[in-house]
Amino acid sequence: MPHDPVPATPRVVVLAGGLSHERDVSLRSGRRVAEALRSAGVDVSVHDVDADLVPALAETRPDLVWPLLHGASGEDGSVRDVLELLDVPSLGTGPRASRVAWSKPIAKTTVTRAGIATPEFVTLPQSLFRELGAGRVMDAVVAKLGLPLVVKPSRGGSALGVTLVRSAEELPGAMVACFAYGDTALIERAVEGVEVAVGVVELDGTPVALPAVEVVTDGPYDYDARYNPGRTEYFAPARLPDDLAARAAETAVAAHQVLGLRHLSRTDLIIDADGQPWFLEVNVAPGMTETSLFPQGAEAGGHHLPTLYRRLVEAGLSDR
Amino acid sequence: MTALERPDGTASGPHPTPAAGTRLDRWLGSYAERTHGMRASEIRALFAVANRPEVVSLAGGMPYLEGLPLDVIGDLAQRVVATRGTTALQYGSGQGDETLREQILEVMRLEGIEAHPDDVVVTTGSQQALDLVTRLFVDPGDVVVAEAPSYVGALGVFRAYQADVVHVPLDADGLIPEALETTLADLARQGRRVKLLYTVPNFHNPAGVTLSAERRPRILEIAARYGVLVLEDNPYGLLGFDREPLPAMRSMSDEGVIYLGSFSKTFAPGYRVGWAVAPHAVREKLVLASESAILSPSNASQLAISAYLATCDWKGQVKAFRELYRERRDAMVGALSEHLPDASWTVPDGGFYTWVRLPDGLDAKAMLPRAVTARVAYVPGTAFYFDGQGSDHMRLSFCFPTPERIREGVRRLAGVVSAESELVSLFGTGGAAARGDVQSPGPDLA
Repeated sequence: MPHDPVPATPRVVVLAGGLSHERDVSLRSGRRVAEALRSAGVDVSVHDVDADLVPALAETRPDLVWPLLHGASGEDGSVRDVLELLDVPSLGTGPRASRVAWSKPIAKTTVTRAGIATPEFVTLPQSLFRELGAGRVMDAVVAKLGLPLVVKPSRGGSALGVTLVRSAEELPGAMVACFAYGDTALIERAVEGVEVAVGVVELDGTPVALPAVEVVTDGPYDYDARYNPGRTEYFAPARLPDDLAARAAETAVAAHQVLGLRHLSRTDLIIDADGQPWFLEVNVAPGMTETSLFPQGAEAGGHHLPTLYRRLVEAGLSDR
Repeated sequence: MTALERPDGTASGPHPTPAAGTRLDRWLGSYAERTHGMRASEIRALFAVANRPEVVSLAGGMPYLEGLPLDVIGDLAQRVVATRGTTALQYGSGQGDETLREQILEVMRLEGIEAHPDDVVVTTGSQQALDLVTRLFVDPGDVVVAEAPSYVGALGVFRAYQADVVHVPLDADGLIPEALETTLADLARQGRRVKLLYTVPNFHNPAGVTLSAERRPRILEIAARYGVLVLEDNPYGLLGFDREPLPAMRSMSDEGVIYLGSFSKTFAPGYRVGWAVAPHAVREKLVLASESAILSPSNASQLAISAYLATCDWKGQVKAFRELYRERRDAMVGALSEHLPDASWTVPDGGFYTWVRLPDGLDAKAMLPRAVTARVAYVPGTAFYFDGQGSDHMRLSFCFPTPERIREGVRRLAGVVSAESELVSLFGTGGAAARGDVQSPGPDLA
């Protein structure tokens, strides 16, 4: 059934909160986006994902829902499944592609099909360590991938449960920390280089990369470094020569396309000393807090955030 | 600032030039040294989930306000504004409302304290009194001696004033006098300046234990001998389950003790009313410090509490709370016995908390994400130490959830402990725990 044309004052529900470990980040992202949209003339309300959500959506029938949920049901596609069931249009990637992007190992495997490089990795469920013996499995991992390694939950964001492992002795502790967040670990070869995040926006059907944002920390870019202004230095645009900046942009757009993402995404890359961009992961609901990378990239690209967010809403409305 | 300039001063616009880096905080170079440790942590973020109703929170120290006659209290507040509005909504005395100070004497008499209304300074919760006392006495590098473990909110204040906290162990009878003596002697030998002994003698937060009557004068004697002022923090004293309150340390020493009291746990924390009783000269300075911080405590809150104390059976209400919390303590201890036989815990005879030691090898902070996934929350033990100890402990509170929810929470926790134990034995080590800690708790964790 065709929807009405884009209304002058669209009614948008921003979904924020949820029950994931990233609830706090999501709430902050939701408030920022809602505030920006309001200033751009959008009629916006913020709703948590709770027992009231379905009746509220059924009653108010918003023009569009913008899920700004980080982690778990917000990014794995399941909330979007429900929105589809309710026939409520939403901004961003659909449920099936969200599910692929949400799983880091599946996303990594998928992007290699587009010729994108990603650090060598293994995905290991906790049960496997039990069945085969943790020591033997860890020895095999180190023998195959070498050191240093990055251990992270196969799903999840904000660097929760992520550890950089420099010696084999550090691996068991990193595994335990990782499995506290989920039952499957992704262990990948750590690539040294420039850490950048590249936002992608699709305002008129064509994905366009925002300038890369370079992240420089005095230690790991962990939760503390992400959400406490001061510990991390950001360069937007990244200090890359033009050819490398273009390569990073192409990689992010290619990842966006091969993964079937829609409207907006953020791809995290490492550019090594040879100028090779390595795909780490992609986010279908990138953080939108005061210290988040997507908004920094957008501003570096000359975008006025309220206007950009409104244009994203309009793109979402056109695609209903 | 032009339209295209960002608040941090870097350029932004349609033709970006390779920007200088930004740390997203223009004032980074301006903060006071004491501010440097203040930061949002991963642990604090996890507690954002704990407030959702799906999660059984055994983390918070919130009193069970549904136990109050809210309609009566609402009428009282309405009447205070209607009949005394020009006072209630006006600035008040820096020291606090005189009538309320007289009523506070009556409250303290239950723990043997005899004082004069002039000795009392009303504060915005006893947390503000903690802040004021620390401000008056502690220079950077001074030592505050505190129990091991100690109330997280007090540690946050001491940290903010750049104190060095030295912990002294406690046991089932509270702070151990011999250990205090040894610690103070060591510190004296090192030439350290010890300014305060901070103690929660009754139904300790987080340990749940009570300083025995026999130890109280001994602790006072040792502190006096070393010239250390005792800061007696007593929010839970009237909430004993099985007996009448023990005499407060302040009842044994007028000059050696600053006593902190609160209506937050026995009545309602939302009014934010607590108090300090201090020796004459200290009290004068406390009033000046409080005036410089807040001008005066809220008159509206003070008058509402005063009306409550004057017209309601507040002692009966405290008794009702004691029975309610005893039932919840029983539920907690019973559930721990049933579901967590490999852990050990204190059995508090009052207050809000039990202090649980996890089975060997488990780290409460590393385990917290798993707990949150299982929809149960607690406060990791490291929050209650200044120096990173306590990873094998957690604080469980039984004040807010119903007995049924407490049992459900402990049942979930048992699953978490079992899964974490398996993991730790599989890898032969605890987790690399989440970085950061609960340095400044959200108010509901206090």
